[in-house]
Amino acid sequence: MVKFDKIAGRYFLKSNQKSLVSGLLIILVATVFMVNWAGLDAVRAAQSTVEAVEGATAVDGAYAPAPKLAESDYPAVAGINGRLIVWVVAQLHLWFAAFVLAVPIFVFIIEVIGMRTRDKRYDDMAYEFIKVSITAYSLTAILGGLLLFSLILFYPHLFTYLSTIFSESMLYYALLFFAESAVLYLYYYGWKWLQGGFRKWVHLTLGLMLNAIGTTLMLLANAWLTFMMSPAGVDAAGVFSGDSWAAIHNFLWNPINIHRFVANIAYGGSIVGAYAAFKFLTARNQQEKAHYDWMGYNANFIAICALLPLPFAGYYLAAEIYAYSQQMGITLMGGIFAWLFIIQAVLIGTLFLSANYYLWCGMGRSDGAKRYTKYIKYIAIVLVGSFLVWFTPHTLVLTNSELKALGGPHHSILGPLGIMPAKNTAVNIMIIFTFLSFLFYRRSNKIATVSWEKTGNIVQVALFTAGIVNILFLGTYHGYFTNTVYKVAASIPQVVTTLVVIVGSLVLDSFIYGKSRDVGPLHWGRIPERAQYALFLLAVAFTWLMGLMGYIRSGIRQHWHVVDIMRDASAQAFTPTLGYAANVVSVAALLFLAMVIFVFWIAQVSGSKTLPAGYWKE
Amino acid sequence: MRIPRLLQAVLVFAGVYFGFIIVFDYLLGAVIPKSLLTMYMFFVAAGVFMVFTYDEEDTRELVAPVKALVEDPAKRGIRNIVFTLIPLMVGYFVYDQMQPGFEAPVELRTIHPAPPSTAKIYGQRVNLLSLENPYRKLEKEDPEEFAAMVNDGAAVYIKNCQYCHGDKLDGKGPYAEGLNPTPLNFQDVGTIAQLQESYLFWRIATGGPGLPKEAAPWISSMPVWQNFLSEEEIWKVILFLYDYTGHQPRSWEHE
Repeated sequence: MVKFDKIAGRYFLKSNQKSLVSGLLIILVATVFMVNWAGLDAVRAAQSTVEAVEGATAVDGAYAPAPKLAESDYPAVAGINGRLIVWVVAQLHLWFAAFVLAVPIFVFIIEVIGMRTRDKRYDDMAYEFIKVSITAYSLTAILGGLLLFSLILFYPHLFTYLSTIFSESMLYYALLFFAESAVLYLYYYGWKWLQGGFRKWVHLTLGLMLNAIGTTLMLLANAWLTFMMSPAGVDAAGVFSGDSWAAIHNFLWNPINIHRFVANIAYGGSIVGAYAAFKFLTARNQQEKAHYDWMGYNANFIAICALLPLPFAGYYLAAEIYAYSQQMGITLMGGIFAWLFIIQAVLIGTLFLSANYYLWCGMGRSDGAKRYTKYIKYIAIVLVGSFLVWFTPHTLVLTNSELKALGGPHHSILGPLGIMPAKNTAVNIMIIFTFLSFLFYRRSNKIATVSWEKTGNIVQVALFTAGIVNILFLGTYHGYFTNTVYKVAASIPQVVTTLVVIVGSLVLDSFIYGKSRDVGPLHWGRIPERAQYALFLLAVAFTWLMGLMGYIRSGIRQHWHVVDIMRDASAQAFTPTLGYAANVVSVAALLFLAMVIFVFWIAQVSGSKTLPAGYWKE
Repeated sequence: MRIPRLLQAVLVFAGVYFGFIIVFDYLLGAVIPKSLLTMYMFFVAAGVFMVFTYDEEDTRELVAPVKALVEDPAKRGIRNIVFTLIPLMVGYFVYDQMQPGFEAPVELRTIHPAPPSTAKIYGQRVNLLSLENPYRKLEKEDPEEFAAMVNDGAAVYIKNCQYCHGDKLDGKGPYAEGLNPTPLNFQDVGTIAQLQESYLFWRIATGGPGLPKEAAPWISSMPVWQNFLSEEEIWKVILFLYDYTGHQPRSWEHE
C-alpha cells in the first residue's frame, strides 16, 4: 500500500505532465499531416472532378443549384416529428463520438507514461479506459447509422444536396471508419499480446494511428456541419464549384475543429472520471478504493488540463461566428439564444467549481496539506466572485417595481458586467485560481529543500499579482474605453498573461521542488465520498453543456438548412422556444447518461465471475 | 467563544445576502434585481458548502448539530419544534409565491434583436452583411466635411430622436418615462458600441415594425424612420451617435 502511494506520488506528478503535453503534440502533428495529405488529395480529386464535370457539362450539365423545397418535400413518416428524431439521435451520436475520440488520446498518453516510467499501473489504467470506450464505440457506430437513416428518411433533399458536394469526403469517411475500427480492435485486443520491447512500440504506433484516424474522422464530419453554417465552394444559388477542399475548408471549419478537439479531451476525461467515481463508490476494499481514487485523480487532471484552454477556444469560435455573420453572432449571444448562454455560463462555472472542490477534497490524501488549506477560502471567494461576474446577464429580468426604481432596463453597475470584456476577465481569473488550487495540491505533500525557497515564493506571488493586475487592466481599459477591434483583440494578451502565469509558475515550482522530499506517503483512497459526486457533476455538467451549446450552434442557422443557400421549408423550420429546446436537450442528456451507466455496468460485469464451482465438467 | 461551524456557514451566507442588498440598494442606489440575487445566492451557497465541507473533520463538525437534532434522544423537544416549523415555513413560502398579485409578469427581453441578412429599405433589398456607412471614410479623408456631417446628424437627432433617447443620448428623453421598454441608452457600452453601422441603419430605417419575427412581441415604439427621414439623414445621425458618445462602430479592421 505504502509502495503504491509512493510510486503514484513520485511519478505521476513529475513525468506525466511532460508526457501529456508531448503526447498531445504528437497527435496533433500526426493529424495535421494526415489532414494535409487528405486535403491535397481532395484538391487533386476535386481538380479531376472539375475536369470530368467540364467534360460532361455539354451532355448533362454541371452541378445543380440547391433545391428550393416545399413542405411536401419532407416525407411524413407515421406522424413522427422528424426534426426531434434527428436532433436527439445526432446529439447522442455526438456525445458518444466525443467520448470515443477523446479516450484513445489520453489512453495513448497514459500508455506512453507507463512505458517511460515502467510502472505497470499506468498500462493497466490505460487498458481499463479503452475497455470502457469499446462498448461506447459500438454505440457511437449504431447511433451514427441511425442518424444517417434519419437524415435520409426525414430530410432526403438536404442529404442528397450535401452528399453531392461532399461525395468524396463521405467516401473517405466510410473508409476511414473501417480503418478506425480495425485499428481500434487491434489496439484493444492486442493489448496483452503486444507487450514489451518492439511489440510495445508497435502497440503505441497503433495508438497513434487510432488517434490520427479518429481525429481526421472528426475533422471531416466538422466540415459538413460547418458548411451548413458558412457555406463555401458554392455560388449564391448553391451551385457547387467542384472544389471539394474549398467546401471543406470553409470559414468556420478550423474554429470548430480546435474547439471540439480540446473539448473532447476535457469531456472524455470527465466521463472516465465519472467511471472511476462509480467504481470508487462501489469498491469492496481499501485497495480498490485507492486504485479508483488514483484513477479519478488522473481523469480529473486530464479534464482540467483541457478545461483551462477551453474558454479561449470557445471565445475564438464565437468571435469567428461574429466575424462571418453579424446576424448569426447576434442571434448567438445577444438575440434569442442569449439566455441559453447564461445557462452555459452557469454550467461552465459549475465545471470550475467542481474541479476545484475535487482538488481541495483530494488534499486530504496528504498529511502536509494543512499548510495550504488555510488559503482555500480565499480561492473560493475569488472563484465565486468571478463566477458571479461570468454569468451576470446583459439583459436583466426586472419586475416593474425594479424597472421603476432603476429608471429603465439599464443597470449602471451590473450592465457593464454583462458584456464580454467582463466575462473574459472573470474567466481568466477563474483559470488562474484553479491553477493555484492545483499548485497547492501539488505542493501539499512536498517539502522544498532549496535555500532560496522563500525568494522563489515571493517571485511566484509577484508573478500571480502582476498577471492578475494586467488581466484586470486589459479587461477594463480595452474592454470599456476602446473600440470593438481592440476590445476583442484584448482577449489575446489576457490569455497570454494567463498562460505566462501558469507556465512561469510551473517552471519556478519545478526548480523549487525539484529535489524536494515527501511529507509522507500519499494516502490514495483517503478522500470523502462527496468528492466523487463532484466528478459525477463534472460529467453531467459537460454533457448538458455540450447539448445546449450544440443546439445553439446549429440553431443559429434558423430557418436555413444551409445558411442563405438552402431554405428549410419543413413544418419544423421554426426556432423552438428556449424551454422546449432545454427540455429536449435535458431528456437527451438523461438518455445518454443512462446509456453511459449501462456502459460502466457492462465494463464491470465483463470482469466478474459468478459461476459456482462444479458447473463445468472438469 | 468559538462560533459553531454551522452557524458560521449561515452567517457567511446571510452576510453576503444582506451585503448585496445594502451595497446595491442603499449605498449605490441601483437596486439588485431579485431574479439575479437569487442566482447569485445559489452559487454563493455552493461556494459556502465547498469551503465548509472539503475537509472530513470540518464536515463532521458542520453536520454534528443537525445529526444530533435528528438522532439525539435528549433533543426530542427541539426536534419536534423544528420538524413542525420547517413544513409550516415551506407551506407559507408556497402560499406566498402562489398568491395572485397585481403586478404584470416579468418579461424576458433580448436586448439585441438579430438582424436579417437582407432587408427591404427605401424600396430596395439591402445586404446588411456588407452594407457600410458611405460617409465613414470621410473621417480620415476629409475631417472637416466629416465634422459637418456629424453636425447635420446632430440636427436630425435633436429634431427627431432626443424626445425619447434624450439630449445626452442616455435614453432619458422627456417621453422616455411613458415607454416600456424604455428607449435605448446609447452611452451604455453594451449598445451601439457592440454593433456595426449597418445594424443601426436597419433598426432606425425599419423601426419597431421591422423587427424580426423570432422573440416577438418586441413591443418597440420605435418609428419606421425611412418614412420620415432620407437615407443620407439616417447615415448622418448614425455618425452623430458614435461621435457624441465616443464609441466606435463594431468593425473587424484596425485603424
